[in-house]
Amino acid sequence: MLETEVVVSASPHIRTGLTTERIMWMVVIALLPAAFAGVIFFGGWSLLVILCSVLSAVLTEAAVEILLKRPVTVKDGSAAVTGLLLALTLPPTVPLLLPVLGAAFAIAIGKQVFGGLGFNPLNPALIGRAFLLASWPDLMTRWKWPASSLAWLESQADAVASATVLGLAKEGTAVQLPVLQMFLGKMSGSLGETSALALLAGGLFLLAYQIIDWRIPTGYLGTVILLSFLMGENPLFQLLAGGLLLGAFFMATDYVTTPVTPKGRLLFGIGCGLLTMLIRKYGGFPEGVCYSILLMNVTTPLLDRWTVPKRFGEVKARG
Amino acid sequence: MRLRTFKKGIHPPGYKERTASLPVEVLPLPRQVVLPLRQHIGAPAEPIVKVGDAVVTGQKIAEANGKVSLPLHASISGKVVAIEPRPHVSGALVPAIVIEGDSAEPDVPAWQAPPRLEELSAGQLIELMKEAGLAGMGGAAFPTHVKYDPPPGKKIEYVLLNGAECEPYLTCDHRLMVERADDIILGLMGMLKAAQVSKGLIGVEANKPDAVAALEKAASGLPVEILPLKVKYPQGEERMLIYAATGRVVPAGALPIEVGAVVNNVATAAAFGEYLRTGKPLISRLITVTGAGIKNPKNLEVRLGTLVEDVINYCGGFTEPPGRIILGGPMTGPAQYRLDLPIMKGTSGIVVQTRAEVDKPDYGPCIRCGKCVDACPYNALPNIFGLYAEYDRLPEVEKYGILDCRECGSCAYVCPSRRPLLQLIKDAKRKIMASRKNG
Repeated sequence: MLETEVVVSASPHIRTGLTTERIMWMVVIALLPAAFAGVIFFGGWSLLVILCSVLSAVLTEAAVEILLKRPVTVKDGSAAVTGLLLALTLPPTVPLLLPVLGAAFAIAIGKQVFGGLGFNPLNPALIGRAFLLASWPDLMTRWKWPASSLAWLESQADAVASATVLGLAKEGTAVQLPVLQMFLGKMSGSLGETSALALLAGGLFLLAYQIIDWRIPTGYLGTVILLSFLMGENPLFQLLAGGLLLGAFFMATDYVTTPVTPKGRLLFGIGCGLLTMLIRKYGGFPEGVCYSILLMNVTTPLLDRWTVPKRFGEVKARG
Repeated sequence: MRLRTFKKGIHPPGYKERTASLPVEVLPLPRQVVLPLRQHIGAPAEPIVKVGDAVVTGQKIAEANGKVSLPLHASISGKVVAIEPRPHVSGALVPAIVIEGDSAEPDVPAWQAPPRLEELSAGQLIELMKEAGLAGMGGAAFPTHVKYDPPPGKKIEYVLLNGAECEPYLTCDHRLMVERADDIILGLMGMLKAAQVSKGLIGVEANKPDAVAALEKAASGLPVEILPLKVKYPQGEERMLIYAATGRVVPAGALPIEVGAVVNNVATAAAFGEYLRTGKPLISRLITVTGAGIKNPKNLEVRLGTLVEDVINYCGGFTEPPGRIILGGPMTGPAQYRLDLPIMKGTSGIVVQTRAEVDKPDYGPCIRCGKCVDACPYNALPNIFGLYAEYDRLPEVEKYGILDCRECGSCAYVCPSRRPLLQLIKDAKRKIMASRKNG
């Protein structure tokens, strides 16, 4: 007879090692090249922005969960991912209060009020960014051109104000940058959006480990390229300038706020691409990635419902 | 070489290295066997012996009760000491015939070889399948002869043997194919004749090249095609195997015969082959006893009714206090809490995990990663099943096709939040079926 207690549980009795926690930390790893590039190009202030945002996100998550008497889940890494993503969308020299408030808003209002991880309808990092842009439009649109000599810890007060590359283009200024310089990311823009090289490295890492579905970035970027041709824009410029790559690989692929069906994901990507190009070309803002993804987030339940796959051997309505 | 397969599915580690190259050992005769009257799908067998009767190995001790039922044979010689409810894999107590072995070795068999295959008609072969007590030995234990008697209007076009052995840990089918290929092929020939089909197919996962070679050698000159299959779970699931081998899709809710297919496990074919060769009914089978919790993992031939405890003791016992004891493979086999359970016709192995290998039961929310959607071989939405089933919203899960789920467990395997998706699905299906019965 058995002398000890054994576990009796439902099959399957083996599980993949890829847990939620592990996925989140892999996303953090995938974002590190972009964060690193931001610090290199825009100086040490960027590092402070990142730290403030991540810390604020994690602490807010813990605080809200303690207040609501829920289990504290900061260990799963999702709050850290939100904090990091938010930081990468901010102007590199933004006052540090903004990442702190933005990340707190992203976690508390963007995520926890809906029930925490898995239940938020909109991408929390983008909610944080939208909140900051609406509240401090001036501070959120002061950009910095990468210094030739690294001026560490240069904040907005010291920096020479500039526009983003997309902003310049929108104003009608002819932006002529060598493609290689754009690809490396030596241009004005958000902290972690400028280096295509770093973002592609992280994105390909996530694709290789099947953390993200290729359908979303493919649909997104493919649509942008196609529409660029149709609208008479330079597709390479549209790809490399602004937050497109950061959005396509890291924001539009957020599990919780995007469809689960393969077809739904492809449509989601295409929708993001369409909205981004419409905003960039005809909208009031120079950049449309953030709002495109947020708008598409809203369509996620609908896309899921429209794209239920046909089951293997499915028999149409019996009886 | 192009490997045949199905769409989606998962790639769990094999965990087969402990036993894949170990030749089959024969377990010494147990002192006692417990033979449940219900070890196949369908009506339980009817005992035809009484307590106190002396029986010999292979003697019929219970008769089939209707068409979808099977007889049962004494698996050792000795005396019937009890016919009473005994612990069963299902967790319930099920009537069983208990035989106490006499020490009179050797074990004298009570069987005679049937006429040669050439002299048997299709109808006679089907009758012999039933007489031999053959049930699907891959796990489901469906009476074999029933598959060869298709309903009016349906015709068998494919006889397909399942040698995929896609369940991790298990290697007994692998060893069977390597060591007893001749019996498998003879059984297949009998099945082909019973089905009046001219060619047999055997699907084997490509990670068993020695099995493919042994089968090819045994089948040389015979109308048999060995199909190497991609190593993927659940490659051996009946519907996936049929799709991989023939490209045909069995409609949900229908039996394989709907597309003209009959699938048998290679172990069932070997048992039939052995019966045709010697007249030995189904009284023993191969099992794999393995896992980090077993001291000396083995592939064993055991008599039906042997208790799990006796098998584990023969394998040197546990390495440490066990964490989980599984009868069958780890993807679909049920976990057990007692060792006085008998090996039955459908028991393919004993897997013992250590405590360190057993997950904590807590799980997180669905993060909508879609990994279960990408894994589900039935192309269903297991995430939806889990979310709705958690709150007993049965009309919704039924609308999304939960009843078509074949319970392979791929969704729960891949879930990063460790959600017990298969458990939720099974529970919801059971409730739906119960409400249908009552409604």
